[in-house]
Amino acid sequence: MTTKPNWRGMTRRQLIARSFAAGTTLIVGAGFVAAPNAAWAYEAAALKPETLATLIRMARDIYPHDHIGDAFYVTAVKGYDTAEAAAEIEAGIAALNAAAQGAGHASYLDAAWEDDRVALLRGMEKSAFFQKIRGGLVTGLYNQKELWPLFGYEGESFSHGGYIDRGFDDIDWL
Amino acid sequence: MVAKFDLNDDSVVLIIGTGAGGGVLANELAQKGVKVVALKAGGRYLPEDYINDEWDAFGQLSWLDARTTSGDWRVAQDFSGLPAWIVKAVGGTTIHWAGASLRFRPHEWKARTTYGHVAGANLLDWPIDAEEMAPWYEKAEAKLGVTRTGNFPGLPGNNNYKVLEKGALALGYKEVSTGRMAINSVENDDRPACQQTGFCFQGCKWGAKWSAAYTDIPKGEATGNLEVRSNAQVLRIEHDEKGRVTGALYADREGNQHFQKARVVCVAGNSIESPRLLLNSASEMFPDGLANSSGQVGRNYMRHVTGSVYGVFEKPVRMWRGTTMAGIVQDEARFDPSRGFVGGYELETLSLGLPFMAAFLDPGGWGRGFTSAMDDYERMAGMWIVGEDMPQETNRITLSSTVKDQYVLPAPNVHFDDHPNDIAMRSHAYRQGEAIYRAAGATRTFPTPPYPSTHNLGTNRMSEHARDGVVNRHGQTHDIPNLFISDGSQFTTGAAENPTLTIVALAIRQADHISAELSRQNL
Ligand SMILES: Cc1cc2nc3c(=O)[nH]c(=O)nc-3n(C[C@H](O)[C@H](O)[C@H](O)COP(=O)(O)OP(=O)(O)OC[C@H]3O[C@@H](n4cnc5c(N)ncnc54)[C@H](O)[C@@H]3O)c2cc1C
Ligand code: SF4
Repeated sequence: MTTKPNWRGMTRRQLIARSFAAGTTLIVGAGFVAAPNAAWAYEAAALKPETLATLIRMARDIYPHDHIGDAFYVTAVKGYDTAEAAAEIEAGIAALNAAAQGAGHASYLDAAWEDDRVALLRGMEKSAFFQKIRGGLVTGLYNQKELWPLFGYEGESFSHGGYIDRGFDDIDWL
Repeated sequence: MVAKFDLNDDSVVLIIGTGAGGGVLANELAQKGVKVVALKAGGRYLPEDYINDEWDAFGQLSWLDARTTSGDWRVAQDFSGLPAWIVKAVGGTTIHWAGASLRFRPHEWKARTTYGHVAGANLLDWPIDAEEMAPWYEKAEAKLGVTRTGNFPGLPGNNNYKVLEKGALALGYKEVSTGRMAINSVENDDRPACQQTGFCFQGCKWGAKWSAAYTDIPKGEATGNLEVRSNAQVLRIEHDEKGRVTGALYADREGNQHFQKARVVCVAGNSIESPRLLLNSASEMFPDGLANSSGQVGRNYMRHVTGSVYGVFEKPVRMWRGTTMAGIVQDEARFDPSRGFVGGYELETLSLGLPFMAAFLDPGGWGRGFTSAMDDYERMAGMWIVGEDMPQETNRITLSSTVKDQYVLPAPNVHFDDHPNDIAMRSHAYRQGEAIYRAAGATRTFPTPPYPSTHNLGTNRMSEHARDGVVNRHGQTHDIPNLFISDGSQFTTGAAENPTLTIVALAIRQADHISAELSRQNL
């Protein structure tokens, strides 16, 4: 896992005590975002924790893979958690939340159904902000080597001698 | 043994670019005793340097200088700053290439005669034909160790091939095989046989695939007649008051500029940089750029009708294992206008790793429609379409009026509009490709749009008459006798065949011509 949980050994109960649940999937606390099961936590550097939580949810809604944990999405977007990028990201997420409110939700995270959130994203699909996030995810998410095995992809093969003796023609169901 | 020539040595042949065209030409001339300096943008990378990782290899090897795009082609929308996938390194794009090595079919040398007038297309017959090229093809096939030619057996089929074969045969296709590949099927040329590693596009770490980088270039250097200067990017070609070229100005790694004198200059920078260089070399005597009296420099840019078809099956395919281009269906490459278009196309297996699949399966796509496809990555098979596109005068490389490269020279703009014939062919190929996978049991298929151009052709076309094109039957420019074009930009028309074997055959033939003309004191 590339995302080294930047966290100091809190229990799930301690985590929850310091935070509130963002939507149903993430826990947002003072300066951090965490998984409800404390599997990982990420300390925000420049973004508001709520913004970061929304960004992570947005990333998953853009490229939803139900068998992939949130930590991969965190890794994919944490590059935006810098002083240089923060203003643009805060503004983009604010616009997303405004759109959510226009559609009768308290916030983007508050829209419980994926279809509702995706409808909000479709509405801003052409925006520079959406395209930046989506474009960044193509490499930010799918180029994580730790994620490849979860899709069956085997990656580098030269050091294993190629596939000449490792099943290059092993298809048996044709 | 490696030669070193003085900047003021005006007896050398200067070659710009060392890919399929330039690299082969450099070696062939050196073997004949001709003194050659080859200038090459980018560094030198050998099999031990290649990386089995798609984005890392892309970053290591690709030409990423500023480029712009226009036109209605999908690439301009999806990859506006990256119209083409070209290598910036000694050996050129032969480091990336997959190795498919097909001869033109006889009629493909004569597209204008065979297809007749096609509205909007600038079709022209090549001034050479199949018979004249046959011996040069033989030499090229021997050099590249092409499978299924000479005594080289075919490669074994991998999983991706087996799926293609099953579907194609079920549909009634007959010409289905693991193709003619410049990949060793047996040990040859001191290089091993293919180990089915599956990173052919990232540079073959075994050296089983032919690349100028570790064959022709070192062989040429070993003669003592060839000096390859890497990290030497040519900015401009100069000429004298008689209108003959005198050498080229280039920038070294540090950005310092040097002028190499030469007796003959051969341009082999691939079909975007070659015309750009001629245009950027405009002078008082040649205000429209060098060798451009016909106005055809930069025009008739071709990139083949391409696209991919991916299919998802119920069970694993693992298409990434083994040769990337592992097989071919050739039945549709015939000339048969009853299909609604002239020219033909080949279907060739192709696989992308997960990272490139994410970028190229459906550029811009997102949501569950996209991710459910990615979830089935392990169960996917893939093929690539390569068909003849129509040369159009308006599809062209021009100099950008706004964007400049790191040397403050105008960047090239690549303009491309699909011709109706291209669109009809692509639709037909998508249908056939999807039918092949359905016949093999696919549950879902994807007609994937073209990638940035890998086959860049035609921007300094060969023609019988000076008014119709830029170079004559030997690749010599009609206007300037000691200026040659030695790469894929010479192509008059593109045929349905992957171009590199033809580029190599033309380079071997051109070397013969140049060395003969040098000894006759004609150059
Ligand atoms: C992924 C991929 C797969 C491919 N697969 C196949 C295949 O299976 N079969 C096939 O036939 N073809 C294939 N091709 C295409 C093939 O690689 C090219 O057609 C071929 O290499 C073109 O040869 P060239 O000599 O025209 O140019 P290149 O090989 O590109 O060489 C031109 C060189 O000139 C250099 N250069 C350019 N401008 C300058 C300058 N100003 N100064 C100095 N140097 C300069 C460039 O850096 C480049 O290295 C593939 C290409 C790619 C990208
Ligand atoms: S599959 Fe064969 S040709 Fe391709 S990179 Fe591996 S060894 Fe080289």
